[in-house]
Amino acid sequence: MSGYWTGILTILAINVIMAYAIFLPVATGQLNLGGAGFQALGAYTAAYFSANYGLTVWLTLPLSILVGGAVGIAIALPLLRTKGVYLVLATFALAEVIGGAILNTEALGGAMGLSVPDYVDYPVPMGAAVLVTLFCFYLMATRFGLAMRAAHDDEVVTDLLGVSVRGVRVAAFAIGAALAGLAGALYAHSYSFVESQSFNATLSIYVLLYVLLGGTQTALGPLFGAVFFTLLPEVLRSILPEFKSWIVLAFGAGGNVSPPDESWRFVILGLLTVLMMIFRPEGLITRTLVDRLCSPFTPRRRVLREVAV
Amino acid sequence: MLLIQQLLNGVMLGSVYVTVAVAFTLTIGVLNFLNFTIPTLFMLSGMGAWALAKWGLPFGLTGPFPWPLALGGAVVMTIAASLVVERFTFRYMKAKYGDATEHAIPLVSSLGFLLIIENLIRIGYGTDPQRMDAISWDTTINLDGLLLRAPQLISLAVALAIVAGLTWVLKHSRIGRGLRAIAENPDAANILGVDSKRLVPVIFMLTGLLCGLAGILFAINYGEVSPGMGEEIGSKAIAGMVIGGLGSIWGAVLGGLIIGIAEMLTVHFFGADTVQVVVWGLLLAALFVRPQGLLGHHSIGKGKL
Repeated sequence: MSGYWTGILTILAINVIMAYAIFLPVATGQLNLGGAGFQALGAYTAAYFSANYGLTVWLTLPLSILVGGAVGIAIALPLLRTKGVYLVLATFALAEVIGGAILNTEALGGAMGLSVPDYVDYPVPMGAAVLVTLFCFYLMATRFGLAMRAAHDDEVVTDLLGVSVRGVRVAAFAIGAALAGLAGALYAHSYSFVESQSFNATLSIYVLLYVLLGGTQTALGPLFGAVFFTLLPEVLRSILPEFKSWIVLAFGAGGNVSPPDESWRFVILGLLTVLMMIFRPEGLITRTLVDRLCSPFTPRRRVLREVAV
Repeated sequence: MLLIQQLLNGVMLGSVYVTVAVAFTLTIGVLNFLNFTIPTLFMLSGMGAWALAKWGLPFGLTGPFPWPLALGGAVVMTIAASLVVERFTFRYMKAKYGDATEHAIPLVSSLGFLLIIENLIRIGYGTDPQRMDAISWDTTINLDGLLLRAPQLISLAVALAIVAGLTWVLKHSRIGRGLRAIAENPDAANILGVDSKRLVPVIFMLTGLLCGLAGILFAINYGEVSPGMGEEIGSKAIAGMVIGGLGSIWGAVLGGLIIGIAEMLTVHFFGADTVQVVVWGLLLAALFVRPQGLLGHHSIGKGKL
């Protein structure tokens, strides 16, 4: 396989894991806009321990998961008292604080970044992504998954029925943070170099957009979202120049056309986001869609659209 | 003396944050909507003023504008952009899906607009910072050893004037009463004859106006604009708004000034690298200890529209 494709597979695997890391809290009704912070934690844990103590990748991965999860619990307990807009702001602020703290710590290389000795090739992230995907599908099928869905749909009723909504949310947030830690560690070992600038606010925003556009009702949504939006730039990379030369041709000017600006990809992602929120705000893949695809021959029931309070 | 100078500088720096923070707090207070396009609108105004003064309208429609016209044009452009954002984000926020994350719908759309506007500007004008020497001037007033820059004083005055005007409008005008009614209880407001479909765009016009003014004030103050200028100002304005209290206009003023002072003091004592940690740490601490902020009302963020 060429280097180009192994590179894409690595990014894809990391994005899928990150998508699940954000999906778990979102599935309980908590927007997490701080994914990059937890990813940075995992990446720097792996980088620090493999660079300074010579731990192999098989030791740093679990360590990063542990650190991500532990910080996740420690943060979730006070943080999840807030909700809605406050939670979005708090997670966003947390990521900025983590990024800023790393930038100012000499032992972690500060603005210079850290190089990571133990390189892993694409099968490791891919394998991890498959495991994480299976784990999340399993999790959503358990009683805990049901509690997560219930906490998302109606927290008051869920609480009345004896489910500890807060417990479920803290657990989901912490598992998500642990997964983000894993994604960070894989990033560190795949790229052999970490710097805090690569875990910025934009990364958090993109991951949240993947998840919400894919759909948060089923575990299929984030997988679809992450795959679609990782491959979209690659497809656009080949389509956009042709598209531009058509437009130029249509206006009568032929000859060589300079390739369009890289930024067009982000404009397209933004347009897709705005359109999705207008036409299908629950995300591409919904529970009804999955049900219909799984049993295509059952006649469709008419469901009255619920009136939200 | 140096410390007093730094405090003064902090207040001056805070005045730009104040204007943007008031824009944030207005949309959150009335509509419970965290509008992530605000930093981009701020940037659009600054870059727009630069582009109009240097090139005129895009696609060669006009020649370069004289700079007072360019500044005015930039504000008008920002208000127009804000109304476009309203058309495609907020108008679709209806509680028809019965989903706990539905308050996220306009928030996510506004993230989409952030990507669109910022990258279109990058495509059109490149990513480099642009000098605007023509409109920035540097008159310093020496007050007994304390240095005050005239443009900054003007910014502070304009910011406070805007806020005072806004408070008056909200308190005494018919539109203001309608807006406060929507903030209190949108359903009851609609029943009692407040036309929220017509009032919501007013919020976005005000947002555009505030961001537009903040953008050109920034340009006059620093003489430099760049496509990335929104992020830093936006994040500090958010921090200021949270510290002051979501939905409280005077809270946003206080918070913006606190952030400005905190920033200058951090630079003074610890150096410029730690500013990010201090600003966001203040925000986190405020959220943990007093989520309603210094002057905020604890009911903000419950059921809205």
